[in-house]
Amino acid sequence: MDFDVAAFLDAFFEEAEEHVQAFEHGLLELERNPSDREVIGSVFRAAHSIKGASGTFGLTGVMQFTHELEGVLDLLRKDSLAYDAELAALLLAALDVLKELLASSRAGTPPPAREAELRARLEALRAGPIAGVVAPIDAAPGPKRARSVVVRVEPLPELFARGMDPIVLLRELYEMGVGGAQVEIDDSDLPPLEELDPELCYLRFRVSMETAASEADIREVFTFVEGLCDVKVESEGPAQTPERAPGAETAEKAAAPGERTAAAGAANATVRVSADKLDKLLDLVGELVIAQAMIVESLRSPGADHALRLQDALSAMERNTRDLQESVMSIRMVPLASVFGRLPRIVRDVSAKCGKQVRVEIEGEETEIDKAMVELLVDPLTHLVRNAVDHGLEAPDERQLAGKSQEGLVTVRAFHQGGAVVVEVGDDGRGLATELIRDKALRQGLIGDDATLSDEQIHELIFHPGFSTAASVSDVSGRGVGMDVVKRNIETIKGSLAVSTERGAGTRVRLRLPLTLAILDGFAVRIADQTFILPLLSVVESFRPTRAQVRSIVGRHDVIDVRGVSTPIVHLYRVLGVPSAITDPCEALVCIVESGGARVAVLVDEVLGQMQVVVKSLETNYQRLDLLMGATILGNGRVAMILDVQALSKVAHGTAQSLMTRGSARQEDLWLS
Amino acid sequence: MSKVALVVDDSKSIRMLVSKVLREAGFDVLEAENGRQAMERLAGREAVQLVITDLNMPIMDGLELIRAIRADAAQRFTPVVFLTTESDDSLKDAAKSAGATGWIVKPFHPEKVLTVVKRVVA
Repeated sequence: MDFDVAAFLDAFFEEAEEHVQAFEHGLLELERNPSDREVIGSVFRAAHSIKGASGTFGLTGVMQFTHELEGVLDLLRKDSLAYDAELAALLLAALDVLKELLASSRAGTPPPAREAELRARLEALRAGPIAGVVAPIDAAPGPKRARSVVVRVEPLPELFARGMDPIVLLRELYEMGVGGAQVEIDDSDLPPLEELDPELCYLRFRVSMETAASEADIREVFTFVEGLCDVKVESEGPAQTPERAPGAETAEKAAAPGERTAAAGAANATVRVSADKLDKLLDLVGELVIAQAMIVESLRSPGADHALRLQDALSAMERNTRDLQESVMSIRMVPLASVFGRLPRIVRDVSAKCGKQVRVEIEGEETEIDKAMVELLVDPLTHLVRNAVDHGLEAPDERQLAGKSQEGLVTVRAFHQGGAVVVEVGDDGRGLATELIRDKALRQGLIGDDATLSDEQIHELIFHPGFSTAASVSDVSGRGVGMDVVKRNIETIKGSLAVSTERGAGTRVRLRLPLTLAILDGFAVRIADQTFILPLLSVVESFRPTRAQVRSIVGRHDVIDVRGVSTPIVHLYRVLGVPSAITDPCEALVCIVESGGARVAVLVDEVLGQMQVVVKSLETNYQRLDLLMGATILGNGRVAMILDVQALSKVAHGTAQSLMTRGSARQEDLWLS
Repeated sequence: MSKVALVVDDSKSIRMLVSKVLREAGFDVLEAENGRQAMERLAGREAVQLVITDLNMPIMDGLELIRAIRADAAQRFTPVVFLTTESDDSLKDAAKSAGATGWIVKPFHPEKVLTVVKRVVA
């Protein structure tokens, strides 16, 4: 049988990733609780499971490595090895290599360079091999000429109780014989019928055959009934070469299939879906089919209540469609735990490097979010957590001076809030140094020295490209990737971020993310005869301004005064070139939208209301356009553009530079008439 | 009469692999992720022709499953093959005394499954 194990590699790698995470989680747990048996057990099982499966799927490299790892963990499990800092470091290093090894196996690239070294260190620690690595055993060359063999098989009466049927054994012997075998049954132990217990085996067998099989081959057949069945092999005829001791397990040690790579698999992203969710989906589809049948039926048999029945059927269908949509969406949802799980390790590494004591508190890891977003969150969150430890928290002695405990605290929280997911990364460190940020921004020319900025605006500067307050470039942060990258990443997934800080008490960065990128809660507005969609999440309020609220600033743009805050107005009809719309803000409506903490008033003719829209990519279907994040198709079949609030906000506020220095005229042509 | 096999392993990849081999060998295959689920699959059924189970599983492990099968009126004579690794000799003995019929040592080549199946299924 030519069996292709490659088909299962995706499942294997997915699973391996889960084991790796459990492994990592366990190691970090052990730091706190070095003697927790349960944790040691779970770490051992993780390595054990990867080893077992990797060998089966022909990933010899992974198997050999996890074999050594498992060996060391086994010693730990049996208390033959103490968990100390050195071992902790070795295991964490091994974990990293294992991750790389899995990735390289999957991609079909050579194994990581450190693999051999780490494996040797694990092996050295283990000092002396435990039950061997799977190695091909050369079958002892037995006699190949057929001879007469008699096999006596005397099972214990209890054979059946182990699920074994002697007929199976006889059949296998029969197949070994040249031209079959002759089986004689000895029924001398068979009791009279009334005393017979049908659950016991009373028969003995004598099998005679001509066979080329060696005694070891014959004994092999009885591997599983060792101790349950007395077997005697007598051969006549040509003398045999002496047999090796018939190790029952020799046959088990079949060579693992050749090392394979799985380059093809990496591209096929998969989602694990619980059977419950699938059942629900199937249910809903069933409901939908029924609703459709009701509609067809009510059209076919018009009666007095025809319209009523049609209405019922349609509303049932609408309900089902909505449920179906929710249900399908929920399939793409995965808990944030997969990202959060990596954070303690990062904190540990970073705090060790900068000599700080840090505790991590993680909350809300069960919060679900679109799978695609989870992957895009890894880098920003990693960076925020590194920053919190490296820049946010003080050194232990500095903390003591400030009257805080020496151990710093980093908190990561996630929760749902109004159709969005909020993720917060906070620390109880020194807080942002407002003056330092301002000075640095001045030096770097990000702001003019005449700029009057609120503290909040100054804090936002940390998200400006190229900005880093770290006094010296440490190994940890300050490597050129700054908060601006975090901001860009978050904005790519249509999220927003804001920072809040208190001097001496800590800093908190709050990310607000949509649940999914595929479906958007939209706020429909009309400009002339066209409909546009604003993401509902970004809409703060909408109203008709009074004459007193609107002011024009010469050389700049109109602003509207919203409860004392001047908010720039974006004339959508002008920006988007829609003819014959209402141009006077006091005749039209404004929608206040917010992005990244900045507010903009968008001028529209009319507000149509909320609706859920399916986001169609413009890049895929047409081309990328500034100010638009996509398009959707309305109920009436017309296309509506979805506005990119971030881009609108940039248009209105300009970049930080143009706002702060009051000099730049970038993009101003868009609102100067 | 169709042959029915139950494959029990918390590792999806291994479960898929073993199931595929058995399907190609003409079995109808039931799957379960742990011992408890396995017993649920067997509940109310006539004897299945084969159970292949991992030993190391959460919730209800392979040893408990083997004992439960041997204590089940309908399934007590069903051949039960367990998956094990070389380093687990003590587990292997425990599984045998719990009433296992045979075993497959991991890592295994898919063909090995067929060899063992042939050796335990009448």
